[in-house]
Amino acid sequence: QLKKVKKQKVLLMGKSGSGKSSMRSIIFSNYLARDTRRLGATIDIDLSHVKFLGNLTLNLWDCGGQEAFMENYLSQQRAHVFSNVGVLIYVFDIESRDVERDLATYVNIISALVQYSREAKVFVLIHKMDLIQPLKREEVFDHRVDVVRRKTAEAVAIVRKQKPEQQLQHYHQQHYHPQQFATSSPMTPGALIRDVDIDMQLFATSIWDQSLYKAWASIIHDLVPNLSVIETQLASLGVAIDADEILLFERTSFLVVSKWSGPEGERNPYGDRFERMSNILKSWKHTCSKFTGTPRNAEQFSDFEYKMGSNFSMFVTKFTTNTYILVCMPPGEARFNSARLNVAAARPWFKFLDGPAVATSSS
Amino acid sequence: KAPDPTTAQTKGKPRLLLMGQRRSGKSSISSVVFHKLPPSETLFLESTARIQKDSLNSFMEFQVWDFPGQIDIFDNPNFTFDMDAIFGEIGALIWVIDAQDDYLEAVARLNTTILHLQRGYPHINIEVFIHKVDGLSDDYKLDIQRDVTIRIQDELSDQGVENAPVNFHLTSIYNHSIFEAFSKVIQKLIPRLGQLEAMLTNLCRTCRFEKAYLFDVNTKIYIATDSTPEDMASYEICSDYVDVIIDFTEVYGSWQRTQQWRDRLEGEPWDQPLEDQVACEWAESGMVLSDAQRPIMLREVDRFLALVAIMKEGSYDKMPQINMNVDVVVKGLTEFFEITKPKETRINAQSISSSAAGNQN
Ligand SMILES: Nc1nc2c(ncn2[C@@H]2O[C@H](COP(=O)(O)OP(=O)(O)OP(=O)(O)O)[C@@H](O)[C@H]2O)c(=O)[nH]1
Ligand SMILES: Nc1nc2c(ncn2[C@@H]2O[C@H](COP(=O)(O)OP(=O)(O)O)[C@@H](O)[C@H]2O)c(=O)[nH]1
Ligand SMILES: [Mg+2]
Repeated sequence: QLKKVKKQKVLLMGKSGSGKSSMRSIIFSNYLARDTRRLGATIDIDLSHVKFLGNLTLNLWDCGGQEAFMENYLSQQRAHVFSNVGVLIYVFDIESRDVERDLATYVNIISALVQYSREAKVFVLIHKMDLIQPLKREEVFDHRVDVVRRKTAEAVAIVRKQKPEQQLQHYHQQHYHPQQFATSSPMTPGALIRDVDIDMQLFATSIWDQSLYKAWASIIHDLVPNLSVIETQLASLGVAIDADEILLFERTSFLVVSKWSGPEGERNPYGDRFERMSNILKSWKHTCSKFTGTPRNAEQFSDFEYKMGSNFSMFVTKFTTNTYILVCMPPGEARFNSARLNVAAARPWFKFLDGPAVATSSS
Repeated sequence: KAPDPTTAQTKGKPRLLLMGQRRSGKSSISSVVFHKLPPSETLFLESTARIQKDSLNSFMEFQVWDFPGQIDIFDNPNFTFDMDAIFGEIGALIWVIDAQDDYLEAVARLNTTILHLQRGYPHINIEVFIHKVDGLSDDYKLDIQRDVTIRIQDELSDQGVENAPVNFHLTSIYNHSIFEAFSKVIQKLIPRLGQLEAMLTNLCRTCRFEKAYLFDVNTKIYIATDSTPEDMASYEICSDYVDVIIDFTEVYGSWQRTQQWRDRLEGEPWDQPLEDQVACEWAESGMVLSDAQRPIMLREVDRFLALVAIMKEGSYDKMPQINMNVDVVVKGLTEFFEITKPKETRINAQSISSSAAGNQN
């Protein structure tokens, strides 16, 4: 049997200063939000290999967003950049002054992506939402979602109509007459949207709150190998120990890899609790690192338990080499102790999270 | 917002007065510390037009009055303020100075204010918050503090005032410094603080704790600690611990569980009410740091207060014994505050446990 690690090419694109490197550094390198002010503009492409669990490696292409670089990705480096892409993460700065231009660039990027990696998933992050007044955030986001969806549809429609050899040429035309392009499609939005079959999700994000964790957990979620096995195992564990909820976190990023909720856990009114937990535990990790003086990427705590009288009990503990587990359960001393023993005993079921997966597809 | 307290209710409650120039950060401070506003959202706060009075129900009831920056209460042509109503109660005047701005006028106004207070209300502590020091280098912060201190002391001694109760704090809403500063301010208003400190010092000795804090859970102000030297790092981790517990409580403790859930848990094989299945009716938590296996513990004392302590390396095995000692101290603390507290506060309060709708009552 071949033991292979699944590799995924992930493109991170968007205008310079939109916040790409900031997000990446917070999620994968344990930066604090305020540390990102020190980041310089990314020059060309900053390639990193992020090991996520034992059997998934993300090849993260952080593409510097200055105009000259963007033109280069779309022309000379087109095939190199856009081939074999698993995921494109496109970042819009909500405060950007020149929205038309941002959208024109976005359309070019989507065209190139559809041309070379038809199957790629697209995540569009509408970023720096903290700069919008809290009450207006939803409206501003919804509006932007509409616009981006329409533009995406346009981009896809254009590529579909062209023969492959025309596409690069199209870019050149495009590039020299952006204005003309922006207004060139007379089709109705309805017709366009039916045309789109690219897999796209949009998120409102900010480095200053948990929204970042929601977006990035969705991004990695579909990439994790053996997801259904993990889900089944978590469910059996949950039922066996009488839990209300179980979350499985990747140990460095604290992104939620998988989750299970029992009937009572499902009634929890906080729909954002998963990303909140990521955010809480990640900042707790920073606190510990500051206190102990050990590096941020190092493991900071091994165990955390909390019993809230006769309301609920919970614990967060190191689980497998690459994961932490959080269990929320009903109160009761005996129940708690037996759950802890059972979780420890269940570790071997999840060993596969640490080793390279057996014969998975790779790119 | 809390309703404007009537005069009868405000009697005898320590009062914190927030004053300083416009945009110096007074409303931000009071929103972050007393209303849990995320610091970044203070950017959207509007300028304060009238005195904003907050009454806080906590281990001790106190009031926070946020004054609009443009009003000079000692020299106002349109208005004469009832000075007794403002300064008559015991409390502290917190004067906020924006360290990132030109502060000469702020210092001049502060001087006038101190001179006025020295004449009529010498019991009021004057706490100067040299504020917005985030982003300033440590050297620069100290330079500013020195400069402000000298300017105030020179002026006071020129006017023949010596030993005025003026204290200085370097603060920012973007880190723990603002909570630390408030802790210091409030500790001075607690009767019999020494007794509390002695209890904590004792606990540290019997349980071999490195450091112990008694926190006001809602504000993360610590109202007492043991007698070992001040240590910002310990305060920060303990304060963040309280935060984590509050967050966990909100996320997992705030919805009413179903009757089926309870019935199942109280039936076979447990056969006991949930309340009898737990070891402790109050919130309790423990955490082990990976480095040197150092545990940290938290224990709720009453509706407002929690004890948080950092233990010595490798003391996790001794938890049962430690818990017994902690129980004793918690009992002592509860009695201490029973005496201090007026009755009505005990009923309508918010805390880690009471914020969870779950199984209360
Ligand atoms: N207010 C706010 N600022 C942000 C946010 N995310 C990033 N920033 C700031 O935006 C600036 C630029 O961020 P970078 O991550 O370097 O931008 P980039 O997209 O990598 O830019 P290039 O590498 O030039 O393409 C930094 O000062 C960040 O601190 C956010 O969510 N809100
Ligand atoms: N950098 C920084 N800005 C702060 C701090 N505290 C408050 N501010 C900002 O100062 C501005 C004025 O604050 P505000 O509370 O409205 O001032 P007030 O008029 O004194 O009540 C706001 O934009 C706050 O975000 C701080 O600690 N650091
Ligand atoms: Mg960058």
